[in-house]
Amino acid sequence: MALKTEEMVLNMGPQHPSTHGVLRLELVIEGEIIKSVTPHIGYLHRCFEKHCEVMTYPQIIPYTDRMDYLASMCNEFGYVIAVERLMGIEVPERVEYIRVIMAELQRIASHLVAIGTYGADIGAFTPFLFCFRDREKILNLFEITCGARLLYNYIWIGGLMHDLHPDFIRLTKEFIKEFRPNLKELNDLLTFNQIFIDRTANVGILPAETAINYGITGPNLRASGVNWDLRINDPYSIYDRFDFKIPVGKGENGTVGDCWNRYYMRILEMEESLKIVEQAINQIPDGDVSSAIPKRVKPPAGQIYSRVENPRGELGYFIVSDGSVNPTRIKVRAPSFVNMVVFGELCKGHMVADVVAILGSIDIVLGEIDR
Amino acid sequence: MKNPEEIFEILKDKFGEVIIELFSDKPTESFISVAPLEIDKVCLYLRDKEGLNFKSLMNLSGIDDANGEKIKDENDNEIIQGGTLSVFYHLESIDLKHKVTLKVSTDRENPEVASVEEIWRAADWHEREAYDMFGIKFLNHHNLIRILMPYDWEGGYPLRKDYQNPEFYKGMKVPY
Amino acid sequence: MGLLDKQFTDDNIIITKVEDLLNWARLSSLWQMGFGLACCAIEMMATSASHYDFDRFGVIPRPSPRQSDVIIISGTVTFKMAIRIKRLYEQMPDHKYVISMGSCSNCGGPYWEHGYHVLKGVDRVIPVDVYVPGCPPRPEALLEGLLKLQEKIRNETLVSKTA
Repeated sequence: MALKTEEMVLNMGPQHPSTHGVLRLELVIEGEIIKSVTPHIGYLHRCFEKHCEVMTYPQIIPYTDRMDYLASMCNEFGYVIAVERLMGIEVPERVEYIRVIMAELQRIASHLVAIGTYGADIGAFTPFLFCFRDREKILNLFEITCGARLLYNYIWIGGLMHDLHPDFIRLTKEFIKEFRPNLKELNDLLTFNQIFIDRTANVGILPAETAINYGITGPNLRASGVNWDLRINDPYSIYDRFDFKIPVGKGENGTVGDCWNRYYMRILEMEESLKIVEQAINQIPDGDVSSAIPKRVKPPAGQIYSRVENPRGELGYFIVSDGSVNPTRIKVRAPSFVNMVVFGELCKGHMVADVVAILGSIDIVLGEIDR
Repeated sequence: MKNPEEIFEILKDKFGEVIIELFSDKPTESFISVAPLEIDKVCLYLRDKEGLNFKSLMNLSGIDDANGEKIKDENDNEIIQGGTLSVFYHLESIDLKHKVTLKVSTDRENPEVASVEEIWRAADWHEREAYDMFGIKFLNHHNLIRILMPYDWEGGYPLRKDYQNPEFYKGMKVPY
Repeated sequence: MGLLDKQFTDDNIIITKVEDLLNWARLSSLWQMGFGLACCAIEMMATSASHYDFDRFGVIPRPSPRQSDVIIISGTVTFKMAIRIKRLYEQMPDHKYVISMGSCSNCGGPYWEHGYHVLKGVDRVIPVDVYVPGCPPRPEALLEGLLKLQEKIRNETLVSKTA
């Protein structure tokens, strides 16, 4: 005699220790197996696009910081590149090198938070403390440059806020020397840990065709086997001068495109970012960082869509200008907003505990989704 | 790799007067203007044709053109009547490495655009956001409800140029 | 004044008021509800990590409001979220305290003028005990806010009603 079962609606509410922010998930489950997941967002909608229409172009930079608060330098970088392309400004060489160094250090810091919190969600608390210890060193470097730990307002249209601190290069070299063995320690602790592999391998498999159709970008797309990175395929700034590889998912320990692959991409990307920072530090020229900053930012009428490679994917800015000091419309194509759509597909057929593993591997930031 | 002029020629041959014109006078980006109710057929062709292969939708954004006439209503607020709302589509092909931008314009009083959600699943939430912020209705979307604002928000469509803040929402004061 | 545990000199007996004893017990182990909304949540997590340790003050993160004493509202409060915050606050058992961290929850922050969906200060829905300014406040600033809250608890009496 078979047991009669019914479906139940379970709410993982906006306040939850594992949802990486204020996200509400409505799970329809039958026993322990998930039938469907509906994400509800909008709990952090801070009206960024409305603010853009009343502020001037330089005044928007602190607001772009606060969208993806774990990758502030990369957000500013993307916005500033879009405005500079619209206006046709060329920045000095030193400014380009410093921007790349800051963006890559920020990428490492952001991946450290992603990995640390992912481990904490799965149940391993020690890597969380190790990752934050290493992140504090990067935040020290940012603090001696521009005075802030998290939200910088450092990269300006046409240049930078001010030049590097005289000790910055020496401290960065020390950081690189200390971080490489720490990365190996993190691998031993978490990446190749059998319990972690059992929790994350073969869970939430994302095929490559589905990923492209859903618009997934960043480490999630590369983990599914697609070799696509904006720093190489659609280069911006001076990334074509550096020698670095793009890690692509191969399916060790599981299938191509599962949670473990997405996590492992981030570990490999941190290693590549260290290489870029090393090369940039050795090649950085002298110069003046504020010589190209315009007195008044007034782009010509027109529109542009320009994108950069954020730690989470492709961050795009669509700027429409009508020739005045305020933009007409700025639309931000946030990578986490687009990556979140596939979440419902990935969870079907898995168990409730896998929801946490899949959500952590997509690596979302709610500030970006809700803007 | 094709540039926007070649893509415009190919589309014009296939679809005729549904494709309206190619705007390419501005230096930064050129776009092709398409009729709003036929955009799904055009996009299906762009995705599946050999040599075009636009398999990924980068961005879909609504915009308020604010080109109607500005009149004052009974509370002495400025509202816009007439004019258009537009939607921009940015498409890309990963294997052939080319991009194209499309634009549709629909009128402000009753904005309706065909949905491309079946073609690229990435358009799902983008279209819901355009509906939430501007009020543009996408026909044949499976779940067109608000996404960022609360589900019972009565105050209107926030990103329109003539939007006015309501005074209170459920007992909480909206302006400072 | 000093904490109560400094007064143990001989034979493990001290004579004190019940109020002092209760206040000392309350302020030494404030369990916080992990409630991070936006950027300030990252600084709160950094305060709990090993560089600026929160645990040495007796503060550990608890996942549920029914098991916590203090809630640190860190980040921007929107209208959609404010209704849920009110519900979470009502679910906490007495005596409960609220620390408002960052300028978004103090007064609306950088979004005060044009934010149509931002609540201009969390004290419009729940009563706040300590405000910590900053955008985001440094971990040391949050620790100072916690110390101010401890001072406030130390001066509570049993006779008059608290929030």
